Amino acid sequence: MGTNNKLTQNRTEEDLRSAFWGQVNSFPEGDKIKNCLQCGTCTGSCPVSDVMDITPRQTIALFRAGHLTEILQSRTIWICASCYSCTVRCPVGIRVTDTLYALKRIAIEKKIYPDNFPVYALSKAFVNNIYRYGRNYELGLGISFFLKSDYKKLFKNMGVGLSMISRGRMGLIPKKIKKIDEVRAIINKANQLGE
Amino acid sequence: MLEYAYYPGCSLEHTASPYDKSVREVFKALGIGLKEIDDWNCCGATMYMSVKKIVGYAISARNLAIAQNMNLDVCAPCSSCYTILKKTNRHIQWDPKERAKINEALQAANLSYDTIVNIRHPLDILVNDFGLDELKKHVVKPLNGLRVAPYYGCQIVRPHHGFDDIDDPQTMDHLIEVLGGTPTEYSSKVRCCGGMLMTTDEEVALKLNKNLIENAVDNEAEMISTVCPLCQMNVEAYQDKINSFCHTNYNIPIVYFTHLIGIAIGIAPELMGLDKLIVKPEKLFAVEREALI
Repeated sequence: MGTNNKLTQNRTEEDLRSAFWGQVNSFPEGDKIKNCLQCGTCTGSCPVSDVMDITPRQTIALFRAGHLTEILQSRTIWICASCYSCTVRCPVGIRVTDTLYALKRIAIEKKIYPDNFPVYALSKAFVNNIYRYGRNYELGLGISFFLKSDYKKLFKNMGVGLSMISRGRMGLIPKKIKKIDEVRAIINKANQLGE
Repeated sequence: MLEYAYYPGCSLEHTASPYDKSVREVFKALGIGLKEIDDWNCCGATMYMSVKKIVGYAISARNLAIAQNMNLDVCAPCSSCYTILKKTNRHIQWDPKERAKINEALQAANLSYDTIVNIRHPLDILVNDFGLDELKKHVVKPLNGLRVAPYYGCQIVRPHHGFDDIDDPQTMDHLIEVLGGTPTEYSSKVRCCGGMLMTTDEEVALKLNKNLIENAVDNEAEMISTVCPLCQMNVEAYQDKINSFCHTNYNIPIVYFTHLIGIAIGIAPELMGLDKLIVKPEKLFAVEREALI
């Protein structure tokens, strides 16, 4: 690897590091990450750590070792199902789930994603839905995600979709709230106010 | 009279409409007031928080800003909404600067959120405010020992919401007993259904749900009762897929806990959207019919 390449890499890592510290200081008890004992209780409690390429414990270890880019390129932060088992069991009170959300925000801001796992696209589609309608439009969200990730999944999930539609449990037309202007004004304003 | 501000949340309008109907019917039958928050919007869910935190909290707070003028606790049946609305309160209480930012955003819609509105789950309300002793007086069609696995899932007990234990909650177990059913003892009652993974990484979610059903069925459950729209959808609507992917043959009904109450206190199944479930809860219908004879 050339010296220039290494320099760029160090700069990226430094940049990510400062973004990360900014993020963990922006939610309650975010800074407790400093107390990590590397005990692995988070990984042991996680229902999906067996399918993560980097476990929750390793995520903190890699951050300490200065490998944030590697964390953001992993599928880990996008696999977390928000069950909060790690958070309630951590012996030193680290908000593991919230920390993974913080990493998602950095990934989206810096556009660093894992290959072939475009879950961030779902979050983006969701955010667009809320701006448009004020409420989540489940059918539209599913369709737009499958089209972006793997259109074949659209056909594979048609059965489930149709069985919900036939029971009146999947709205075909999105519902817009009355005061959508209020929601948009709040979103626009909040977007100017920080992370 | 007990009365609450009602925040149904997006899922209860569509995929979880049977949950919405049963909550409204049960509250009405028990004489508990439920006033819908006018023109509520999406709480932002986990997904908004993973894109932009302050925006997520600000749109969530719009609902609370409207609710504070109602002077009532908020009843939020969806576990995800319940957690997000509670997180919004926690965030606002944690840092005055963050609170100021959220209020600045709300100001753009001429709103402000000055007090802290209590966020409650209907399971907590029905068992702890209304009370099981009182509920027992309303039971006209006891569940005949029906073996129901109480499935709490994640976000009703975690992170630390306070009204029940995080590893072995009992609220729904006690409720099932009072209604005349038999709560299944099984280890998966607070295990994760995979949530949105059913959309983003289906095979992983199918296995999680297979483990959950297997654990309930192995412990002789005839039915599973849930408190969350996403859990219900994953375990019920994907049961066919679980079967073909895991080579199993499950056909277990997944109802909302409010359906159990509704049947026991004599509400007609159609009023609670029970006819809209994919796996028909025949044993619950049998309870309903037998008592009529």
